[in-house]
Amino acid sequence: MTGPKDIGRHDRNSVPEGKTALGKVRGLGAAGHGGDLWIRERVSSAALLLLGVWFIVSLIVLPDLSQATIVEWLKTPLGFVPMALFVYLNFEHSLEGVKVIVDDYQGDEGGRMMWHIVSLFLHVGVGALALFALARIAFGAAS
Amino acid sequence: MARNTARPLSPHLTVWRWGPHMLVSILHRATGVALSIAGLALLTWWLLALAGSASGYETFTQTATHPLGLFVLIGLTWAFFQHTLSGIRHLIMDVGAGFELRTNKTMAYLTMIGSALLTIALWAYLLLGRGA
Repeated sequence: MTGPKDIGRHDRNSVPEGKTALGKVRGLGAAGHGGDLWIRERVSSAALLLLGVWFIVSLIVLPDLSQATIVEWLKTPLGFVPMALFVYLNFEHSLEGVKVIVDDYQGDEGGRMMWHIVSLFLHVGVGALALFALARIAFGAAS
Repeated sequence: MARNTARPLSPHLTVWRWGPHMLVSILHRATGVALSIAGLALLTWWLLALAGSASGYETFTQTATHPLGLFVLIGLTWAFFQHTLSGIRHLIMDVGAGFELRTNKTMAYLTMIGSALLTIALWAYLLLGRGA
């Protein structure tokens, strides 16, 4: 029954019953999450493409860019929700991009760790501040 | 960490003949960094000013409409459009398309032409069409 094509798949000396060589090693190593950052960066970019168009179009469509007009707009669900997502994803995408740049240019492992942490703290800290400001606009008393 | 300086270095930017694809590639990174630092700082300041007092927002708009502020704003707008368009180019290349020399070169040129046109169109509208 064993033809030449089956040699790799049914080598009974090294591979457990019913498993190919690939099936045997799959899931054992670090592989599986290595591409996560790469994929997340592209998913956030796709979302930002939509939200970026929304943001620019909104600035054009608004009658003017005075504080009163913008605040009134950001108190509406269709102003607040996309803006909250826009702000959040901008910080997320920026964090992902900076991570790649640090990995590319910082050869030293300790330095890499340090810059990753500095970047993380800055993105989370400033991003939280931006979202707080947006929440205050949306839920604060009418000014 | 000690490094062996005798080891050969990867050829860097300066040794290659510049082409549009190479320019767009490094522009993508440069505009990304500009947007990360200046863009996010400005977005945060804008939201904080909007959430705050009328005089705080006045300070923001006065800074933004000062010639130097306008220069930064227009620069960031261009960076946004350039990064967005070359980002689309990257998404196309990620699925394995657009690697033919001529197509690749055309796409690279289109991102730069597109970002310039979009920046001009938006600011022409904001400054002349509507009046900021």
